[in-house]
Amino acid sequence: MSIPQLLVHNAEDNVGVVVVEGLTAGTEMLCVVTHDNTDFTLTAKADVPIGHKIALSDLTEGDTITKYGEDIGKMVGPCEKGGHVHVHNLKTKRW
Amino acid sequence: MTTTDKIMAYRRENGRVGVRNHVVILPVDDISNAACEAVANNIKGTMALPHSYGRLQFGEDLELHFRTMIGTGANPNVAACIVIGIEPGWTQRIADGIAETGKPVAAYSIEQHGDINTIATASRKAKDFVHWATELQREECDMSELWVSTKCGESDTTTGLGSCPTVGNMYDKLLPKGIYGCFGETSEITGGEHLCQARGANKEAGDKFMEIWQAYMDDVIEPNKTSDLSESQPTMGNIEGGLTTIEEKALGNLEKIGRTSTYIDAVGPAVAPEKGPGLYFMDTSSAAAECVTLMGAAGFVVHTFPTGQGNIVGNPIVPVIKISANPRTVRTMSEHIDCDVTGILTREMTIDQAGDELIEMIRRTANGRSTAAEALGHKEFVMTKLYRSA
Repeated sequence: MSIPQLLVHNAEDNVGVVVVEGLTAGTEMLCVVTHDNTDFTLTAKADVPIGHKIALSDLTEGDTITKYGEDIGKMVGPCEKGGHVHVHNLKTKRW
Repeated sequence: MTTTDKIMAYRRENGRVGVRNHVVILPVDDISNAACEAVANNIKGTMALPHSYGRLQFGEDLELHFRTMIGTGANPNVAACIVIGIEPGWTQRIADGIAETGKPVAAYSIEQHGDINTIATASRKAKDFVHWATELQREECDMSELWVSTKCGESDTTTGLGSCPTVGNMYDKLLPKGIYGCFGETSEITGGEHLCQARGANKEAGDKFMEIWQAYMDDVIEPNKTSDLSESQPTMGNIEGGLTTIEEKALGNLEKIGRTSTYIDAVGPAVAPEKGPGLYFMDTSSAAAECVTLMGAAGFVVHTFPTGQGNIVGNPIVPVIKISANPRTVRTMSEHIDCDVTGILTREMTIDQAGDELIEMIRRTANGRSTAAEALGHKEFVMTKLYRSA
């Protein structure tokens, strides 16, 4: 298998993690779900640094973000499929 | 690994297995640091452990201070210990606690002697201890006798994908063989506390964890938080590495306890395990040096430390093995990494293979290989303080 650009923990997650350096907008990413080793492709819509998250579907404010199959917070702004999800549009529900 | 996997290590007087052979010069309090450092300077092969506290503490905070001091001296990685304090009472109490292990201990207090006489007397004893300790031989011990703790630092999303599951895989393999394990980081389990509670081996252990976690929320977070814990939980380093929320960080953190491991007890900071071999949760700060210091004081002799962005922490008495899956960190900070598991991200290495590599690095470290942190001189020894002194 070629080297993936995006890893997704769980099939029900709506974000994945960039695992290569220097990912640029427009890259057709090989995405692998680590839990079951399935794969799919997705086009990156932004330059996203290694370790940062990319939306697997269009997200709007208030949406719950799922990673590891668990709730990791809510969107406080929109993000298109393939876009960058981080502190500018995702917040904890805790404090 | 099999239970017949052997390591060459130090069998201490109380039967515990140590992997280092330090002669420690331990200050009871902040104002005794100078004398301890002078002794360590005089006598090569000794090591002072300066710290910032030990005066006018009271109640549970004082008990934690004593527990950390005694536990550090009692750790099997310490062959012998000199204790120096300003006055004789607390100094002797700490020395007596360490002496229960059967190892050589001597106590000196500075009042009515002064630094110079104390340093001279303690130096002569330290020299005797060095001669004695350097003749001790490593002997064959079973790898299953190791006490292996874990805590991650400067985490990012690669720790949850790679280095933390590597530690978890190691625990899933070694805990059934009879090792002691320990994880902590009370604040960083926030967002995954329900999952952590469910990993208790029984309801009592899970409930005990939940009480500790809730007490931290009520006593520390609620009265002191600002609008949120942004830039501390997650840290700026975590955020740079792509972690956005405390929940996301917690879920990655919990990967360290593997798929099948369950903890048999939840204990206070620096409290030695009392329920036999198995995994323990310890109530600790999530700050690396404090956490590793507490786990060392509880008797753990090897520490496994997954890092994403590159936490460089070490400990004076416990070898800290760094594991990273982040290719940028492994490239830019290679001197800090003992176990490179970047192959997990490229799908060229499985978690199972990474776990085996970590077990091999634990074995080599136990046999005497210096960790990156040891070679680089990282000796962060940091006492946990529960509240202001009197």
